[in-house]
Amino acid sequence: MSRKTLSETSEWTFELIEKYHTEIARIASDFGLDTYPVQLEIITAEQMMDAYASVGMPIGYSHWSFGKEFVKNEKRYQKGQMGLAYEIVINSNPCIAYLMEENSMTMQALVIAHAAYGHNSFFKNNYLFTTWTSADSIIDYLLFAKNYIAECEERYGEEQVEAILDSCHALRNFGVDRYKRPSRLSLQEEQARQRDREAYLQSQVNELWRTIPTKEPVYSAADEAVRFPEEPQENILYFIEKNAPFLEPWQREIIRIVRKIAQYFYPQRQTQVMNEGWATFWHYTILHQMYQEGLVTDGFMIEFLQSHTNVVYQPAFDSPYYSGINPYALGFSMMSDIRRICEKPTPEDERWFPEIAGSDWNKTLHFAMHNFKDESFISQFLSPKVIRDLKLFSILDDSNEREIAVTSIHDEDGYRHIRQALSEQYNLGSNEPNIQVYHVDRKGDRSLTLRHTQYHRRFLAQSAEHVLKHVARLWGFDVRLETVAEDGTLQTIMECKL
Amino acid sequence: MAQIVDRRLNGKNKSAVNRQKFIRRFRSQIKKAVTDAVNERSVTDLDKGEKVSIPAKDISEPFFHHGNDGYREIIHPGNKEFRQGDKIKRPESAGGGRGKQASDSGEGMDEFVFELTREEFLHFFFEDLELPNLVKTRLATLQETKKVRAGHTSDGIPTNINVIRSLRSAMGRRIALRAPYRNRIEEAEAQLEDLLKRYSETDAVVIELREEIKRLKEKIERIPFIDTFDLRYDNRIDMPKPTTQAVMFCIMDVSGSMGPEEKDMAKRFFMLLYLFLTRTYEKTQVVFISHHTEANEVDEETFFYSRETGGTVVSSALILMKKIIEERFPISEWNIYAAQASDGDNWDNDSIDCKKILSEQIMPYMQYYAYIEITEDRHQNLWHEYSTLKDTWSNFAMQRIATVADIYPVFRKLFEKSKA
Repeated sequence: MSRKTLSETSEWTFELIEKYHTEIARIASDFGLDTYPVQLEIITAEQMMDAYASVGMPIGYSHWSFGKEFVKNEKRYQKGQMGLAYEIVINSNPCIAYLMEENSMTMQALVIAHAAYGHNSFFKNNYLFTTWTSADSIIDYLLFAKNYIAECEERYGEEQVEAILDSCHALRNFGVDRYKRPSRLSLQEEQARQRDREAYLQSQVNELWRTIPTKEPVYSAADEAVRFPEEPQENILYFIEKNAPFLEPWQREIIRIVRKIAQYFYPQRQTQVMNEGWATFWHYTILHQMYQEGLVTDGFMIEFLQSHTNVVYQPAFDSPYYSGINPYALGFSMMSDIRRICEKPTPEDERWFPEIAGSDWNKTLHFAMHNFKDESFISQFLSPKVIRDLKLFSILDDSNEREIAVTSIHDEDGYRHIRQALSEQYNLGSNEPNIQVYHVDRKGDRSLTLRHTQYHRRFLAQSAEHVLKHVARLWGFDVRLETVAEDGTLQTIMECKL
Repeated sequence: MAQIVDRRLNGKNKSAVNRQKFIRRFRSQIKKAVTDAVNERSVTDLDKGEKVSIPAKDISEPFFHHGNDGYREIIHPGNKEFRQGDKIKRPESAGGGRGKQASDSGEGMDEFVFELTREEFLHFFFEDLELPNLVKTRLATLQETKKVRAGHTSDGIPTNINVIRSLRSAMGRRIALRAPYRNRIEEAEAQLEDLLKRYSETDAVVIELREEIKRLKEKIERIPFIDTFDLRYDNRIDMPKPTTQAVMFCIMDVSGSMGPEEKDMAKRFFMLLYLFLTRTYEKTQVVFISHHTEANEVDEETFFYSRETGGTVVSSALILMKKIIEERFPISEWNIYAAQASDGDNWDNDSIDCKKILSEQIMPYMQYYAYIEITEDRHQNLWHEYSTLKDTWSNFAMQRIATVADIYPVFRKLFEKSKA
C-alpha cells in the first residue's frame, strides 16, 4: 500500500513532530508496547550539556562534581571530540524525552521511537524498575532534594553541605538495598514526614548511644554482648544514616537523599544491555514499519540506517576505537536474534532454545524484557549465533601468571563458557567489591568495622583509604576496613583514625 | 496523547552554579596556575582566558573499587586467530578494566585541563588587590549616563527621524510595489499599439484596454510616497558615563644603561598596573613618558620598543609629567597614578632635584606613586634619595626587582589590600 509520506525534507516543525509521534505511537501500540504517557521536550545543545552534567536528572541539586562533569564535557564538545547523545530519557511518569533542536526530522523520529517508546516501555515494565523505582514521584522527589539541599546551604553553610555530599558520593554505590523494596517517594509526604523524621531519628540514635560520655551521663553498659549490627549490613549509607551518633538531622536527611537517588539509578546500571538493546530493537522495528506503510521516504531511511549503524557498531578488541563491549550492539543483536529464533529457528536453535524456538516472537521478547536483568538475560538468551557474529572470546587475566590465556572462543566447545563468563561480567555483585558493615564496637572505642570479602583474589584499589576518611567523617569515630580472603583468613586491615 | 514542550527558552546555564562551585573548590590550585601563567607567558596577552590544569588525583572522587590484582575473565569481541588455550603476552598497561588493553592512544589522564574564561582569569589575578586611597571612588556610585549613537530603529520620536534612510526605504518599497503594475502596463501598451493597427479608437477592445491602462496607472498613483512603515529613526542609547577616571603615567628610563632585559621587566610591571587600573576605573588613560637626558611623551609602541642611547636625567621626566598634569588632567576630575621604572642610574646632582620635584610638585596630587628599581647590583643613588620620601608620603612606594620572576610578587606588594 502506498500512502502519502509525512514529510519530504529533513526540517522538523512542531506539527511534523506531532504527526510523526502519532504514527509512532500507533505502531508501538500495535506491537503491544505498554508505556507511560509521553512528554517530548525540545532543548538546545547547551541544555543537553547541562542535562549531561547532572547525570540525566532533570532537576539536580548543586554540587561541584556536576560542575566538573560539565567543564569536562564542555571542553570535549567544543573541541569536537564528542558528539552529544541524541537522547536523554527520564524514567518518570509522564516519561520525559529530550529532543535536540539541531537534529533533523529523521533523528527526531528515531529518538521518539527509541526513547519515548523503547526505553519508556522498558521503564514501565521491567521488574527491576517496577520494584525499585517510582516513576510517578521521582520528579517531585528530585525537586524536594534540590530545595532541601539549597536550604541547608543557606542555613549551615555551603562548605558543610559540600563536605557531607562528598562523603555520601564516595559511598553512593553502597547506598542501595539490593533485596528490600524501598518505600515510595513523594514530595508532600516527604516534606511532611521529613520534620517528624528528624526528631524521631535523633531520639533513636540517642537511645542507641546513651553510653557516650560526651553526650550523656554514663549509662549502664551491662548487656552489650549482642553483636551490633546483628547481621552484616550491605547498605552502608543506610546504616550510617540510622546509627551514626553525632550527625545532625539535616545531615541524615542529605545522606538519605543521596541514597534514594542512587537507589533510583541502580536498576539502570543493572540493565544497560537490555535497556539499550530493547530501545534499539524497537526504533529499528517501528521505523521499518513506517517505511513499509509508505509514511517515510527513502532518504529518511538512508539517514536513519546510517545513524542506526553507527549506534550498533562494535569495534573489534584490537581496534583503536575499542572500549569494551558496546551495550547497544550486544543488546540489539540479542533482541533481534530472539526474534529470529522464534520466527526461523535452525536445528541449533531447537537444541539450545527448545522452549522459545518457533514461539510468538513479540510475546517472547516481552517476557524477556519483563523478567530479566543483564546478567540473567545474557545467561538465558545469548545464542551461539550472536557469539559467532560478534566473534566473542574470553581472556583469563591472572596477576599471578606472566601471560594471559584464551579460555574459549566462538566454537562449539566455547559457547557455554562464553555465555556464562559474559553474564558474570554484567553481574554488579561480583564487579563491585563486596563490603559490608560488620561490627560496631559499642563498648570500646565506638569504631566501625567494614568487612571486604575478597573475590577472585582481588584487592581494593588505593582509593579505599580516601573513602575510609569519608566514612570516618560520617561515622564520627575511627573506622576500620578488613579484608577476608576466599579461604576465610583475615588478610589486611586498613584503619582511619579520627 | 503526547505533550510537546518547547524548553529552548528556559535558561541554558543550569550548570553555572556547579561550575562556580567547582572553581571555588579548587581555587588554590587554580590560583597557582594563574600565578604561573602570569610569570611565564608574555604579558601582552594577559587579558584573556587561561588553560588551567589540575592534577587529576586532586580532583578525582574516591569510591571503593577493585585494584589490578587477582584474576578475572573478560569477554572481548572480534576474535581473529586465537584458539582456545592460546597464551598471549600481557599487553602493556593492561590490567585496567575491560577494554583498556587495546587503547594505547591514551590521553594524558594525569591532568584535568579546562579553560578559565578571561573574566575568571583576571578575577583570580586581581583577587585581594585594592588600590590605596580610593577616595574618589565614591563618585563612581553616582552613575551618570550619556546618549550614544547605536544604529537605527524602526520606531522613535519625530525629531530623530533619519530622512535619508527613511526616503531610501520608501523608494525601495515604491519600486517593489509598482513592479507588477508596471509590467502589466508595458504589456498592455504593446497590445494597444498592436490593436490600433486593426481597430479604431472607438472600438470596444481598444476602449477596454485604455481603461485598464488608466486603472493600472491610478493604482501606481495610489502607492503612497512615504509610509509609516518606511520611517527610520536614529537610535541613541544610554551609556554609563564614567565618573571615576584615572590616568596612569608610565615613566621609564630608556637610556643606554637600560638593557632589553630591564626594559622587558619594566614593561611587564606597567602592563600589570594598567590591567589593574582598567578593572578599577571605568576609564583609564595612560601617558607614556620615556626619558634619557630629556623626556618625551610617546606612544605605546615607541615607549616599549624604541631604542635610545645616551645618559640619564630623571628630573626631565618628572617636569614633563608635572606639565602634562597641569595641562590635561585637572585633579578634581582625575585620579592620578604613576609608575616609574629605572635601573637607578642618574646624574648624581639630578637625583636631589628629582626628590625635590617629587615631594613639592608631584606627590601632593598623586593617588599613588610606585617606583621600581631594576638592578641586580647594589642600590643606586636615585634609590637613596627616594628612600627619604617613603616616610613623608604614605602613598609613595618603592621596590627593587632583580629577575623576571620577582615581578608578580612585587606587584602584589605594591598594591596589597590595606590592612586597616
